[in-house]
Amino acid sequence: MIEIRNLTKRFDDLTVWEDVSFTIDDGETIGIIGRSGCGKSVLMKHINALMTPDKGEVLIDGINIYEQDYVSLRKMRQRFGVLFQGSALFDSINTFENVAFPLRYFTRMKEKEIRESVLEALETVGLEEAADKGTSELSGGMRKRVALARAIILKPNYMMYDEPTSGLDPETSDEINRLIIQMSESLHITSVVITHDMHSVLEVADKVAFLDQQRLSWHGTIEDLRRSDHRELMRFVTASEYQVRTPKTAGRDW
Amino acid sequence: MIYALQEVGRYSTLLYQALRSSVEVDTYRRNLLHELVKVGYDSIGIIILTGVFTGAVLTIQTAYQLKVPFIPVSTIGSIVSESILIELAAVISSLVLAGKVGARIATELGTMKVSEQVDALESMGFNSVTYLVVPRVLSGLFMFPVLYVVAAVFGIGGGLVAGMLTGAVPASDFITGAQSFFAPWNVVFGFVKSFVFGFVITSVACYKGYYASGGAEGVGKSTTQATVLGCIYVLLADFMLAALLL
Repeated sequence: MIEIRNLTKRFDDLTVWEDVSFTIDDGETIGIIGRSGCGKSVLMKHINALMTPDKGEVLIDGINIYEQDYVSLRKMRQRFGVLFQGSALFDSINTFENVAFPLRYFTRMKEKEIRESVLEALETVGLEEAADKGTSELSGGMRKRVALARAIILKPNYMMYDEPTSGLDPETSDEINRLIIQMSESLHITSVVITHDMHSVLEVADKVAFLDQQRLSWHGTIEDLRRSDHRELMRFVTASEYQVRTPKTAGRDW
Repeated sequence: MIYALQEVGRYSTLLYQALRSSVEVDTYRRNLLHELVKVGYDSIGIIILTGVFTGAVLTIQTAYQLKVPFIPVSTIGSIVSESILIELAAVISSLVLAGKVGARIATELGTMKVSEQVDALESMGFNSVTYLVVPRVLSGLFMFPVLYVVAAVFGIGGGLVAGMLTGAVPASDFITGAQSFFAPWNVVFGFVKSFVFGFVITSVACYKGYYASGGAEGVGKSTTQATVLGCIYVLLADFMLAALLL
């Protein structure tokens, strides 16, 4: 379980958000939504302590991640898989080595076992034929899927997805969404999905947290969202709907 | 002033982290071998070229300036070889390497930083300083002295050949001159210099790359700063070492 308590972040005089609190239960998928620049990715980076807050705490299974020494923190981070917005694949090595990378350093697996695990992970994301390709030969969607294979290779308890469908065509976005659901269901992973794509949120998330005006403006289940009359949230949802559907159908069937 | 102090503080912190984590050899062993090849083997061509031409030009210019009957031509050999051993092999090769090695390191780390590859490493549980900074600085410490030897050998060789080809100084006189004033301490001093320059160039480049921000423009800025500061610090270190050790 991930508990976020009274988190506040400032960059010099700029308050990104303050007093953000919510809980993510085991096996649950939460979609964190909000306008560009509202600090969604910054919040994600606080969950595995890639960034530290000015105030507040994040508890992972009851342990405050900010109170760990660096060695313990690195061990805790190995329980997280992260899919970065730009995929963050290592350019100097090929697809296979990118996925094998954590195995080579954090396990004592033999070469044959590494090969089997990598090919299995690549098969999960539908890219086993791309194992020998260089990362520059991959499309945006393929890069995201390779990054996803790398993120799940150590079988994490938690997955964090930063804008997993941004810059992708609708078909590839749906493919990524299906993979997120598959990861969550088959591996029982607790997931955090950072996005402003409402279509994606409605498809993958159990809960939604809406960041607006430097605070957690709303949070609840998808059912709560459907019934909500929160003005800013509705404005955001409707605007997102217009982006993915024609104006005629927007807002009708979600 | 405050900005300069902040920079010094962050640079010192990075070096401290690198020093502390340098015991985690398993994390950077593979990267170290890779970096030794990139810094050392991949730079041999440019270092040979720099050495040969430095020695050749120095010989021709020294011969031009020493056209005096009562100074033996073997003096050219001693001036050229001592200048190369004590100063030019280390300094000129380091200035070239500040451009080649320093720029590469700053660009690599800067690109990794702005494309979240450094965050990806940290999020996997790696110490990114151990993985990225330690092998690059160590490769500078190991390979710059080796490249100094290459530059010195080819510099003196280039001077000898240029002297022969232009008729400025016969090979036998050049060798006699080089041997007669040879002092082993000058070679030690050259080694110490190249060791220090290797540290300065790679650590400054790592620092500038590791703290790069602001996309492609930020990486370009970091690379330029790494190269320019690398050159400036090499010259400053050269002066300080000369003042302290000679």
